[in-house]
Amino acid sequence: MSETDDKIRCDACPVLCYIRPGMTGACDRYANRDGELVRVDPHILLERTLQDGGEVVPFMSQAREWSGDIVNAPAPIVTAIGAGTTYPDYKPAPFIVSSQVDGVDMVTVVTEGIYSYCGVKLKIDTDRHLGAECATVRAKGEPVGHVTTGEYGSQMLSLGGVNHLTHGGKKEGRVTCETLLKLCNRKAVELTVDGGATFIVEAGKPPIVNGRLEERMRVGCGSATIGMFAKQWYGKVDEVVVVDDHITGVLSEHQAGKLLGARDTGIKIKGQRSTPGRYFHVAEPGTGWGGADISDPLQIVAGFNGKVAWPGLTMLMVSTTGEQHAFYRLDDTLKPVEAPLPDNLRVSVERIRENCEPALCSVLFMGGAGGSLRAGVTENPVRLTRSVRQALTTVTAGGAPVIIWPGGGITFMVDVTLLPDNAFGYVPTPAIVAPIEFTMRLDDYAALGGHVDHVRPLRDVLAQRGKKSNGFGVTPARSDA
Amino acid sequence: MRMLPQQTRLPGGRLHLHDGPIDLIIRAWGEADAVEIAYAAACGRFANILDELCTELPLLRSQATPTSARPSGLIARRMADAVAPFCTARFITPMAAVAGAVADEILCAMTDAAPLRRAFVNNGGDIALHLRPDESLTIGMVDRPDRPSLIGSAVISGRDAVRGVATSGWRGRSFSLGIADAVTVLACSAAQADAAATLIANAVDLPGHAAITRAPAHSRDPQSDLGARPVTVAVRPLTPHDAHAALVAGLDEAERLRRAGALEAAALQLGGQTLLCGVGEALSIDSPVPSIATKAMSSDRLQRTTVSAF
Repeated sequence: MSETDDKIRCDACPVLCYIRPGMTGACDRYANRDGELVRVDPHILLERTLQDGGEVVPFMSQAREWSGDIVNAPAPIVTAIGAGTTYPDYKPAPFIVSSQVDGVDMVTVVTEGIYSYCGVKLKIDTDRHLGAECATVRAKGEPVGHVTTGEYGSQMLSLGGVNHLTHGGKKEGRVTCETLLKLCNRKAVELTVDGGATFIVEAGKPPIVNGRLEERMRVGCGSATIGMFAKQWYGKVDEVVVVDDHITGVLSEHQAGKLLGARDTGIKIKGQRSTPGRYFHVAEPGTGWGGADISDPLQIVAGFNGKVAWPGLTMLMVSTTGEQHAFYRLDDTLKPVEAPLPDNLRVSVERIRENCEPALCSVLFMGGAGGSLRAGVTENPVRLTRSVRQALTTVTAGGAPVIIWPGGGITFMVDVTLLPDNAFGYVPTPAIVAPIEFTMRLDDYAALGGHVDHVRPLRDVLAQRGKKSNGFGVTPARSDA
Repeated sequence: MRMLPQQTRLPGGRLHLHDGPIDLIIRAWGEADAVEIAYAAACGRFANILDELCTELPLLRSQATPTSARPSGLIARRMADAVAPFCTARFITPMAAVAGAVADEILCAMTDAAPLRRAFVNNGGDIALHLRPDESLTIGMVDRPDRPSLIGSAVISGRDAVRGVATSGWRGRSFSLGIADAVTVLACSAAQADAAATLIANAVDLPGHAAITRAPAHSRDPQSDLGARPVTVAVRPLTPHDAHAALVAGLDEAERLRRAGALEAAALQLGGQTLLCGVGEALSIDSPVPSIATKAMSSDRLQRTTVSAF
């Protein structure tokens, strides 16, 4: 067969098409343009999101007025979403784009990383006990992570990671990958903790714990709540107990009460006294009052000292979110008898509630840009790491800012709610595909051994995009960027 | 740069699988668990089909003859089996059935994995169907992929023998020796339909007609299985009489194939005219256009024939 030399061989897939100038390969995705292999299908995910009426708000300054014409948008950020990638990255990252920012030639190396080393850190705002620390977290019965530390008003879960993705059973890896993908793409996921609760989590939404929607996040621990509201209670009630599984506060004993001159009440609280007016472990963790396993707050009161307490003594018991409260008056035998909450105390209970922020689930995707991904950016991968360390290179994920961990490698975390919808994908390996962009000065890029010959001016990218002959994820700049 | 197979969920409960030149739009109906298992099975089978096919590409691109070597891959065998009945009378290569064979194979993986009420695997218009006897699916037909609009629809019942649909024409992704805008075939499998549609579309022709521009296949695609054979690259407007004559030539081929048991029904389109072959109640071209199908069309790239179900 006599063939001219102008055809090129595409190695994007094993079909290995020879493509003549102006023609596309069998896939209609790669084409020969003036002897160059180019990808011609439009960047898939963002476009599909728009087509489906999906939300791309985080990146748009005037969402309603935006016609959907990406090309006309001012100062776009090129994102990696839909850029496609290879693994390992033995070829330059799919799109290396240069644009002028403040007269400096900027390079954004746009790729989608395939992360076998990745997971999510999940912060669930709730006082309710989700499970013991280190307990296994399951999705569809498969172990996908574990409960980690309890933090302020929230419970932390660590999901995914290489051990669940690749070291567990095949089903474990698949379910883990699916769970991570759903969480990253802001879908709801049901999780169960061994020996703990079942809950539904979704980034940016309140958690639903054992079928109950969590509305508020605690204002503080029980002790802190005493400190915050002592003045409002003093003079209106003799004793206040803020029930908290972590640190229960008692007004009359607490430093805040003492300073105001609160009278001793002789109350005896179960559990372990830490400092005056602060009690640990008043009950077992649970999903009742203040994250303890109690539905009757008197369960934590051992009684009153007959030498100190008096008949008619009034006591308010309230949870750290103000959602539960009860008012008592001691009878002649010094037994608390429940009574209606006086109006002047109702205000303070409502104020606790008012000061509680809405409970939310937050999902941070965490991934490590491995050597092979970095090789897609530069010929000498370690220099990219150093360049990021020296703050010469900015890393973003789908245009969103990331937190980079100190130490080796490029391990980053990103709030998934800052990325456009469905910015994450997966491959059956299993591994998560997430966008990542490295932005740096063109001269710095050259200095770190970048694939400078593959850099393409942004205006060309945009012009070609207008003719639907190039596949870039171009997103209008964030208004606050 | 080898792109890995990609899978995405599309609106409407559909699954999109992509690898190299293959784009599959998949939908299954059944218990929610069964559908998930079937989708997982589709993804699992899909993971290496392109590599599997490419190892035997030279054989699959060669003219099928009664003495051709039998390929070893499952999909390759589906392809070879689909074209074998035609290889004595016509030039054909197993590649004529590649899209349908991939659709059949993925559908088979799905129905083996879980009980489904119905399902389709649409490989760029070549569709494999699964239907229980009491189920049906409506297929929308498009004659011009460059101006997609539905020209008709076919209702396939689970009681029919039809389990495959394919459309071929020179305006599509593959080369055609003929000038049909579209030939849609209903057959017992997608691979069978694919091969039959290719042959009928080749036969819708006006040899030597001045309105037709042809070029050797390898001048457009150096690796085309059609080699130096002249493929249609442009057709200027034809008189209604000429278009009809071309369609009649194709209808002869379609009838020949139908009598041989290679297809159940076919619709041949050219210049706005349509001729039907073997049409009973299954195929109608005047049914109202369901809006859901047009919507699906606009969102699925490269889709030649749409499937919608009600």
